[in-house]
Amino acid sequence: MDYFAQQAINAIQLGSIYALIALGYSMVYGVLVMINFAHGDVFMVSSFFCFLLLLLLPVPFVAALIIVMLATAVLGVALERLAYRPLRNAPRVSAIITALGCGLIIQNTTLSLSPYSQRMPELFVPVTWNFGGVTVSSLQLLIIGVSVGLMIGLDFFIRRTRYGMAMRAIAQDRITVPLMGIPVNTMIALTFAIGAALGGAAGVLYASAYPVISATMGVLIGWKAFVAAVIGGIGSVRGAVLGAYVLGSVEVFTVTVLPSTYRDLVVYALLLVILIFKPYGLLGRPAVQKV
Amino acid sequence: MSDPMLRVDNLVVRYGDIRAVKGISFQVQQGEILALVGANGAGKTTTLRAISGMLPFEGSVVLEGRDLRGLTPDRILRLGLSHVPEGRGIFGGLTVMENLQLGAWIRRDKAGRARDLELVMDVFPRLRERVAQLAGTLSGGEQQMLALARARMSDARILILDEPSMGLAPKLVQEVFAVLRQLNKRGVTILLVEQNANMALRLAHRACLLETGNLVLEGPASELLVNPRVREAYLGAG
Repeated sequence: MDYFAQQAINAIQLGSIYALIALGYSMVYGVLVMINFAHGDVFMVSSFFCFLLLLLLPVPFVAALIIVMLATAVLGVALERLAYRPLRNAPRVSAIITALGCGLIIQNTTLSLSPYSQRMPELFVPVTWNFGGVTVSSLQLLIIGVSVGLMIGLDFFIRRTRYGMAMRAIAQDRITVPLMGIPVNTMIALTFAIGAALGGAAGVLYASAYPVISATMGVLIGWKAFVAAVIGGIGSVRGAVLGAYVLGSVEVFTVTVLPSTYRDLVVYALLLVILIFKPYGLLGRPAVQKV
Repeated sequence: MSDPMLRVDNLVVRYGDIRAVKGISFQVQQGEILALVGANGAGKTTTLRAISGMLPFEGSVVLEGRDLRGLTPDRILRLGLSHVPEGRGIFGGLTVMENLQLGAWIRRDKAGRARDLELVMDVFPRLRERVAQLAGTLSGGEQQMLALARARMSDARILILDEPSMGLAPKLVQEVFAVLRQLNKRGVTILLVEQNANMALRLAHRACLLETGNLVLEGPASELLVNPRVREAYLGAG
């Protein structure tokens, strides 16, 4: 039982990080029906932003989080403005290839600057508590708390504010939205900014929890987060969060019963099974075909 | 005659090599209802899309002295022209209230927005009962009402409407047109595109007849309504 509780906490921690990244995939898909395959590398590079920041200036955790989120948001907006917007009306495959290319550019630029893995300076000196055999560290609580806080904030933003309302409207009908006086390009840029900023938060939290970072780590973690978004129903914000916690739990608990080499096999098998029975994901809805 | 509210001069709109609108000119006066009638493919919808900034065009479109060339739809709305598109453009996954709030996106005056929301609820009583409902669950007639109400929320001085009667039962068409007459009485100028020439000509003050991208007739709506050419082609009378 203790063992189970311990693993549950680990699963929530991992799921929280996946969720922050998955939201970026899902939000961009929601407004543009495009998969931003560079997003995993945006997450990766945000860890390096954090690493560089701490080398230059040992700021406290909250300051690092905010600075990295802002820097990553700028990167997200730059990607949209320079790479994706010129292809807005191009065939969808062009945008997808471009996104993959942008991811490779980010990854290889990082790799050329930092060919080896880097050890993160400690952002945070964790305290650990023991509750009847279950060890919880303050770092775990921080990761979970920051993630859940950001997700609740995002949910509020999307459901209750006028900009959130405009984003939902764009997701439904991008042609009509300008007729409401809403500047579509600004709203799309805002979506990329928020998605990237959440990826940046994930980068900081990930680097705090698993403090060895490398230029290629965005590939696997990015794919996992993308799978989480698809499991939850891509385009759905709540779906991305649900999918991420499902995926995090499956990963953690697979390793408790099977050799760890089976982990990814189980994850992708789960994806296939879910897509067979729920082709639009757990909370996704089929796109409405316009007549 | 005073300066027109909207002046369209020698408007040409191309889709690739094809000229869908071939150099038409007309004016909409402040406070009037002008109907553009004509068959499918005559260029009516294309004309509206060019005016509201959804399509590039040649020639000139001037709203209250301002050249609209090169402006995006959101800028044109801020100048006081609202376009209710063909098929209504309702956001089905948002509530009726959210649709109305999006209609008022450009307005900063809280008091004015609240006042217009009340006004719109008076003009469209059925929307009041359904404010919390998803717009996609409304009937076709209610959706058309919502589209008009939403356009009214922008406080635009001129509405351009693309086929407000499309897909509606005759009784609902009557209701929609009654609402248009009421909005016009409250001072809103209307440019209306309709295939239902009969209804449109009974509502409008003046009308233009479009045929394959050309403007072939223009005059008081009551005259077009009895014009033999119009009657034969569009009103189903010999």
